[in-house]
Amino acid sequence: MHSKTSAEHLAYLRQLKRRQLIIRLSQGLLLIGIFALWELAARLGWINAFVFSQPTRVWNAAVRLARQGELWKHLGWTVGETVIGFTAGTLLGIIIAIILWWSDFVSRVLDPYIVVLESIPKVALGPIFVVWLGTNMTAVIAMAVAVSVIVTVMMMHTGFKEVDPNKIKLARTFGATKLQILTKVIIPASVPTMIAALKVSVGLSLVGTIVGEFLASKAGLGYLIIYGGQVFNMSLVMASILLLAIVSVILYYFVSKLEERVVRGRDY
Amino acid sequence: MALVELRNVGLKYHTLEGEITALENVNLRVEEEEFVSIVGQSGCGKSTLLSLISGLLKPTTGEVLIGGEPVQGPSPKVGYMLQQDYLYEWRTILDNALLGLEIRRMKTPERVQEVKQMLQDYGLGGFESYYPNQLSGGMRQRVALIRTLAVQPNVLLLDEPFSALDYQNRLAVGEEVVRILRERRKTVIMVTHDISEAISMANRVIVLTPRPGTIKSEHRIRMCDEGLTPLQTREHPEFRRYFTAIWKELNVNA
Repeated sequence: MHSKTSAEHLAYLRQLKRRQLIIRLSQGLLLIGIFALWELAARLGWINAFVFSQPTRVWNAAVRLARQGELWKHLGWTVGETVIGFTAGTLLGIIIAIILWWSDFVSRVLDPYIVVLESIPKVALGPIFVVWLGTNMTAVIAMAVAVSVIVTVMMMHTGFKEVDPNKIKLARTFGATKLQILTKVIIPASVPTMIAALKVSVGLSLVGTIVGEFLASKAGLGYLIIYGGQVFNMSLVMASILLLAIVSVILYYFVSKLEERVVRGRDY
Repeated sequence: MALVELRNVGLKYHTLEGEITALENVNLRVEEEEFVSIVGQSGCGKSTLLSLISGLLKPTTGEVLIGGEPVQGPSPKVGYMLQQDYLYEWRTILDNALLGLEIRRMKTPERVQEVKQMLQDYGLGGFESYYPNQLSGGMRQRVALIRTLAVQPNVLLLDEPFSALDYQNRLAVGEEVVRILRERRKTVIMVTHDISEAISMANRVIVLTPRPGTIKSEHRIRMCDEGLTPLQTREHPEFRRYFTAIWKELNVNA
C-alpha cells in the first residue's frame, strides 16, 4: 500500500513535477519566440510587413475589431454555426447509424455509397449548397453538417457493430425486442464511441463552417478571412486565423469536459 | 410429467460450405428440482442444446417442451447463465441485477426489494451502487446469478458458468451457486467440459457424442441425491469411479 511516502518517492514525484514544468515552460517560450521572431523580422525589414503582417499589427487589428463591436458578432456567427452544424450533424449521423444497424439489408445496399460519400471532399459540395439554399446561414450550416455527418455515421455504425454479441445474447435470453436491444445495450455501450465521434466532428464542423463562410456569408471568421484577403489587409486575416485557433481549442475543451462527465464512474 | 422434455430434437445449420448437423435425435427428460450436467467435447453442440431449451434457437426436427408446453421463444420460466457474467459496465450492480426485470417489464417495487434482499443475502450488500469493474470475478458471477434469479425462472440453464474464473474461485463459487439453487429448489441444466465439475454438482450426468451430438449415456450420481455439497462429493470415495467411467466414454469418441 502507499502508506508512508518515502524520501525516494518524494524525490521521484518532485522530479516528475519539474519535468512537467519544463515542458510547459518550453511550450510557452516556443510561442513567444515565434511571435518575437516574427515581430523582429518585420521591424528589421527581413520580411515585408505588408504581406506578412506582424504581431503588433495583428493585435491592433483585433483591438480595432473589438472596439467596433465587430469581433463578437463574427465570433458569435462562427461559433453559433459550428455548434448548430455539429449538433445537427451528430444527431443526423446517429439516426442514420441506427437505421444501418437496424437493417442489415439497408446497410449492405448503402455501403458502397457511403464509402464514396466518405471519400469525396465535402467542400466540393459548397457551390451546390449556395445555389440551393442561397448565400445565408442555412448554406453554411448545411456545409458544416455535410463535412461532419458521414464520419459520425461511419464511426457510430462501426461502434454499434462492435458491441460484444454476448451482451446482446444476454438481453435476448430475457426476451428483449430489437428496440430494447438498441436502447438497453447498443446505445449505452456506444457512449464512448459517441464521444470519440464528437471529438472528430467538432473539428470537422468548424472546417465546414469556415468553408461555408468563405462561399456564402456576410459574417463570421471565414468571411473576415476572405474579406481581409480581398482588401489585402493581412493583419485582419492573421487576427481572424488566431481567433479561429482559439475557438477550435475552446470547442474541443468543451467536448473533453463532456467526456469526463459522461465516462466518470465507469472504466473501460 | 417432466419439467423439461426434449423429443427427437435435431438441429442443422447452413453455411457457405454446406450443411452442418449440430444435434441429432436428442431425447431428454429433466424432472423438477433435478440438477443435470451435460458433458461433451468442445463443438459437440452442448451450448446449442441450451439455446434450444431457452428458445433462442428453434429445432430443425423434434420439439422442446417446458412444463408440457412447446417452447416458442425466450420464456420467463427459463433463466440462462452464459459463460461469463457479461455485466453491463455502464450499469451499477443493482441496475445490472434488475436488467431482466426491466426487459420483461416486471420491475415492481416489491421485486426490486427482493433483488436488493438477494444482493444482501449473497454478500453483495453495500455494493448496489458500485460498477462491475470494482468487483471481483466471484462477486460478479453472483450478481449474474441474481440477475437470472430475479425474473423467478423455474429452470436454470448454465453454460460453463465458471469457466471464466480461476480454479480456486471456481470451486468456491460453484459450491455457493449449488447451495443457492438447492435452497430455491430450482431445476438446473448445466453444460460443461469439466467432468469433475459435472459430477460434483449434478444428480445426473449426460454424455454427448461428438458432432452430430446425441446422447451417448447417462450416469446417476448417488452423492448429490444424498444431499452432499460439490466439495463433499469431490472427496467421496466413489467420485473417482464416476470420473473414470465418464472420462473413458468421452475418450472412446476421440
